Amino acid sequence: MSKPTTEMAATETSPSEVVPPLRQSLIARLARNRLSLVGAFLVAVAGFMALSAPFLPLADPNAVNTADRLADIGSPGHLLGADELGRYILSRLFWRARITLAVSLAATAIAMTVGTIMGLVSGYLLGWADTVISRVVDVLMAFPFFLLALSEIAILGPGLLNGMPAVALVNVPFFARIVRGTTLTLRESDFVLAARGMGAGHSRILFRHILLNSVSTLIIATTLNIGWMITAAAALSLLGLGVQPPTSDWGTMLASGRQYLSAPPHTSLLPGLVIFFTVLGFNLLGDGLRDALDPRMREV
Amino acid sequence: MRKYLLGRLAQTIPVLFGISILVFAMLHLAPGDPADMLLGSEATAESVEKLRHDMGLDRPLVVQYVAWAGRMVKGDMGRSTVLNRQVLPEIVKRFKATLILTAGALTFAVVFGVGIGILAATYQHSVFDSVAMLIALAGVSMPIFFTGIAAILIFAMDLRWLPSSGMYPAAGGDIFDLLRHLILPAVTLGAVSAAILARMTRSAMLEVIRQDYVRTARAKGVGERRVIWVHALRNASITIVTVLGMQFGYLLGGSVITETVFSWPGIGQMMVRAIQARDYPMVQGGVLLVATSFVFVNLAVDLLYAWLDPRIRYS
Repeated sequence: MSKPTTEMAATETSPSEVVPPLRQSLIARLARNRLSLVGAFLVAVAGFMALSAPFLPLADPNAVNTADRLADIGSPGHLLGADELGRYILSRLFWRARITLAVSLAATAIAMTVGTIMGLVSGYLLGWADTVISRVVDVLMAFPFFLLALSEIAILGPGLLNGMPAVALVNVPFFARIVRGTTLTLRESDFVLAARGMGAGHSRILFRHILLNSVSTLIIATTLNIGWMITAAAALSLLGLGVQPPTSDWGTMLASGRQYLSAPPHTSLLPGLVIFFTVLGFNLLGDGLRDALDPRMREV
Repeated sequence: MRKYLLGRLAQTIPVLFGISILVFAMLHLAPGDPADMLLGSEATAESVEKLRHDMGLDRPLVVQYVAWAGRMVKGDMGRSTVLNRQVLPEIVKRFKATLILTAGALTFAVVFGVGIGILAATYQHSVFDSVAMLIALAGVSMPIFFTGIAAILIFAMDLRWLPSSGMYPAAGGDIFDLLRHLILPAVTLGAVSAAILARMTRSAMLEVIRQDYVRTARAKGVGERRVIWVHALRNASITIVTVLGMQFGYLLGGSVITETVFSWPGIGQMMVRAIQARDYPMVQGGVLLVATSFVFVNLAVDLLYAWLDPRIRYS
């Protein structure tokens, strides 16, 4: 079916105008999917909030104004109202985006790095290394996701720096499994056999050939993972096990607002909405990237 | 099937062993000496030393592990350092509450998720299909704590239809009180799973509906309702059961947050408190029980999977 179409296209347009689908840029393929554009926009908004906070004329996010306690949305001088200590919610949402996103991105980076190395070694070396790593991954996956994070916090104690590796650890098996799968396929591919035949060493084959060819899979997995990381980090803060006062993130904002639900509920609803839209953004973008880069992963 | 069952059972042994190692290591990996931690900062050096000896902490780690595992198998999980009660009866009581919550969430997820998925596939490209899938898409990204707080605000505080916390009224109650208390937390916990199930069921059904045997059934004059609910659903159920099994772990983990938001007296809420109080025997018991039950749920899902699709057990 495709051949006649190509021939027809070639006769009606000049060769330079014909763009083979595979050569279309990632952005062009993403742009065809409107939902992924919405996702990219939501992620950009969250990124803007985190990056622009120091440069915008925002009020001090920690300044306590008891006279303005629980000020409603739209009240004079408080576009998004004030929390239980009279602190400006708009300003706090912008400033706290930095910690929320930093923790989530750092946790994703840790999980991706550790998981990728485990997956590469396991899928490439096979033998006892594969057996050991696969069993470790099996055990980690035997824990309900959030329970594993709680177990690690039980060992290390609550706190920002302990919460980060805890949510990262939960996702190590996710990356390890995916990378092991692609490594198993790629290690038998012609170009890897050719590289081996030309005398390339293990590290060159692993990092130059196999890892580089796994990048698109990794990008999809990472984007889909960040949403979960944001939710998990916020949930830990909500339970009082993540970020500790006086530092706060969107999760702690929501936790403190939860105590005042009978008052105007915006103190907890606004941080909740911001978390929801950011997670939705990463999920939509991840879905779009998956469809654009690797449609075979659609049901993963 | 028997060979498959035995093989699959054997696979759980190294996993259970790994879980036990992790749980055992919990107390030893924590900073500071376990005896110091259990007795607090004001304990004398002699009492710490005595506890170290009583707990067997002065023995080699392997010996300690074997003794600890032996006690666990017999159901002796030690005493809670905060409540000063035996751990096992306490976590069993809490675990029952968590199972009620998880079962409620799973029921909601299956009824609504699978039901909406089937209807969306049957009426593909209809308004119902588009709206349902848009809601499901948003639902997947909805954090449990946010759904919970929104549910409390709308249904408990504004409309006053349902209670916002606890499992029974303060003065006690019957099964109907339990069900009334269960609705909000179960729907909150099951919402994400329902959204995922709806999307997966729709795509699985759409794939099955296009198969030759469905066309044959229609050509033979089988009614549309029977084609969808018997012929198509049975074959789509393999995907549904797989997703359901994966969701169980999410529900057990998510119950920690749901129980905290709705003050549900389950094992998750207990563990958060135990972690904050550094009550290690309680945390160890809770983690061991939940992780072990998760392993057996996965085993049950795999067996169900093999029963639904005979190709699996022979491959």
